[in-house]
Amino acid sequence: MSDLLRIENLTVHFDTDDGAVEAVDGASFSIRPGEIFGLVGESGSGKSVTALTILRLLRPPARIVSGRIAFEGRDLLALAAADMRHVRGARISMVFQSPRTSLNPVLPVGAQLERVIRLHAGASAREARERALAMLRECGISEVERRAAQYPHQLSGGMCQRVMIAMALATSPRLLLADEPTTGLDVSIAAQILDLLRDLGHRTGASILLITHDLGVVAGLCDRVAVMHAGQIVETADVRRLFHAPAHPYTRALLRSVPRVDREFAMEPIPGAVPSLLAPPPGCRFASRCPVVMPECRIERPAVTLLEVDHTVSCFAAVTPVRAGAPAEGGDG
Amino acid sequence: MADPARTAGSGRASGERPVRPVSEALVTVSGLTKHYPVRSGWFGKAALRAVDGVSLTLGAGETLGLVGESGCGKSTVARCLLRLVDPTGGRIVFDGVDLLGLGADELRRRRRDFQMVFQDPTASLNPRLTVGRTVEEPLLLHADLAPAERRGRVREILDEVGLDASLVDRYPHELSGGQRQRVNVARAVATRPRFVVLDEPTSALDVSLRARVILMLAELQRRLGLSYLFISHDLATVKYLSDRVAVMYLGTVVEEAPSRELFHHPAHPYTRALLSAIPVPDPDVPRDRLPLAGEVPSPIDIPRGCRLRGRCPLAQPVCAEPVPWREVAPGHFAACHLV
Ligand SMILES: Nc1ncnc2c1ncn2[C@@H]1O[C@H](COP(=O)(O)OP(=O)(O)O)[C@@H](O)[C@H]1O
Ligand code: SF4
Ligand code: SF4
Ligand SMILES: [Mg+2]
Repeated sequence: MSDLLRIENLTVHFDTDDGAVEAVDGASFSIRPGEIFGLVGESGSGKSVTALTILRLLRPPARIVSGRIAFEGRDLLALAAADMRHVRGARISMVFQSPRTSLNPVLPVGAQLERVIRLHAGASAREARERALAMLRECGISEVERRAAQYPHQLSGGMCQRVMIAMALATSPRLLLADEPTTGLDVSIAAQILDLLRDLGHRTGASILLITHDLGVVAGLCDRVAVMHAGQIVETADVRRLFHAPAHPYTRALLRSVPRVDREFAMEPIPGAVPSLLAPPPGCRFASRCPVVMPECRIERPAVTLLEVDHTVSCFAAVTPVRAGAPAEGGDG
Repeated sequence: MADPARTAGSGRASGERPVRPVSEALVTVSGLTKHYPVRSGWFGKAALRAVDGVSLTLGAGETLGLVGESGCGKSTVARCLLRLVDPTGGRIVFDGVDLLGLGADELRRRRRDFQMVFQDPTASLNPRLTVGRTVEEPLLLHADLAPAERRGRVREILDEVGLDASLVDRYPHELSGGQRQRVNVARAVATRPRFVVLDEPTSALDVSLRARVILMLAELQRRLGLSYLFISHDLATVKYLSDRVAVMYLGTVVEEAPSRELFHHPAHPYTRALLSAIPVPDPDVPRDRLPLAGEVPSPIDIPRGCRLRGRCPLAQPVCAEPVPWREVAPGHFAACHLV
């Protein structure tokens, strides 16, 4: 299948007084039509910067150093501003972690949605209102007339996120970027929002880039996944393969670092912290935290290696994949 | 033993939940309620029933996990326990002493025995105090130590929570989120309390820091013989740290059981729904979802009978009646007509 989005060798820096923060470094991955693609990693690993780069929403001191972002056959990084506005308005949309602050606080949510619909489709006021109510209903909101008249502060966090999703989908985009869409929501509400995203993805055929730090969310929702560490994509894989045969030491460490409700095992924190991205040393950025680091890791950057179809890794030790990934059964707490 | 004739979900009755003998229990909470007056409609007042008849028992050296979604009353229980707010009703017995009967002086003296760690590591630290001063302060209040001794103690305590002694002169803004939360824990355990309430202590932390803080808390408990009330909406973390777990919904406890039992054999539909909503990091674990309808109702308009009634997929007409608190397995209690 041909890719909907293909990111090649993307490098993004933030120019600061102390030098360049190398927030994204040579990232490559691609998203196919209709799939849910996960981008997972600790905070500060560059996930949000990557998403904002796709939409070209980054402003100085951010600087795109190099790379290509091919979307529907065009390089987004080379588009004229007007064409990019069209892409943002109609082809790619985004939902954020804090829906309430992304909504306009002084306008009823229905009116906000109508405005997007009118801008996009040139619909009449009445058509826009009907479409808006239908979209809210589709996003799982009941009593839509009453809800549409309410302001963001009158709605729960989960409800605001549903409104945001309705706004993001109002333009029938082909790609939805969802940056930690359930972080901060209660588990049962988060589960409802994830179900909604999955259903809408299937129904509209749009692809979703789902950014999260939660491996459970990835396992439950995504078709394929990229793991990001310190600005670099360290592994990409089909979701089953990622969980059953993780090849990168960071992926394995991530999997072991979270307590689980479904089984007993000895949780192990990932050693160290995400290294500073201000002039990071050459070589693998995981070297200072890696349990199997080798001398060459600190000198040269490991190349992207294709292990098998739909599974790439960047690690000197993983070229013969180690299958020790899944957490071992053991004592709890 | 539980008496099926008694009911949970009405403040009075659930106050009579079975409790273990006082000799074993460090903290016994019975029938705790906290109502806030609110204005309702055109006239009249209503009550926001934040906590509505909660009973809990915590043994020495034990961790009791308290879980539930935001707004269900977990933090209000914690605040009442430490007398940061005054409960509307109920009893709290700490080591044989009725806390609600204590005068201000006596309470102040007792404070060294029970401490609290809050969710937001930054907001709960004074930005103008160094790490050393922050940890020293409770010692000034509660311990009779010479200055040199006290500074020695501060270093010891920092070591216990895994902070390097070189950080004593740092200010909160110079620390990472994980380090700040360790300072909060250090301050809480400085007076060698017996009971520490941890209110979402890891929720603001990133995955890798979270794991480390959890392990540090477990180690600290083992070393100092602390009892924890561990409050969280993160059930996986609660499972990892707790001996027993109580599940709250709309101001009441709906289920309580030994941790392993609760996670492997949840009885109450609310617990089952919560557990089934947690994403599990394994794409091949079958998801047997028990979805709840809608969102939590307001604690002003509490449904009669079972509070979950409007959202429960298993609800029956009988659910409008007061709910029994039954022992469904040894030490495992649930408030539901159908269990
Ligand atoms: N305005 C900025 N100035 C300097 N550095 C920034 C700025 N915004 C983000 N960064 C840095 O970029 C890196 C990646 O951040 P981000 O994409 O937000 O990570 P994630 O979304 O994975 O948590 C981090 O090191 C972060 O500190
Ligand atoms: S390249 Fe080397 S340091 Fe990096 S993850 Fe692989 S083994 Fe570890
Ligand atoms: S079955 Fe009835 S009593 Fe039990 S939780 Fe559901 S509504 Fe409540
Ligand atoms: Mg982010």
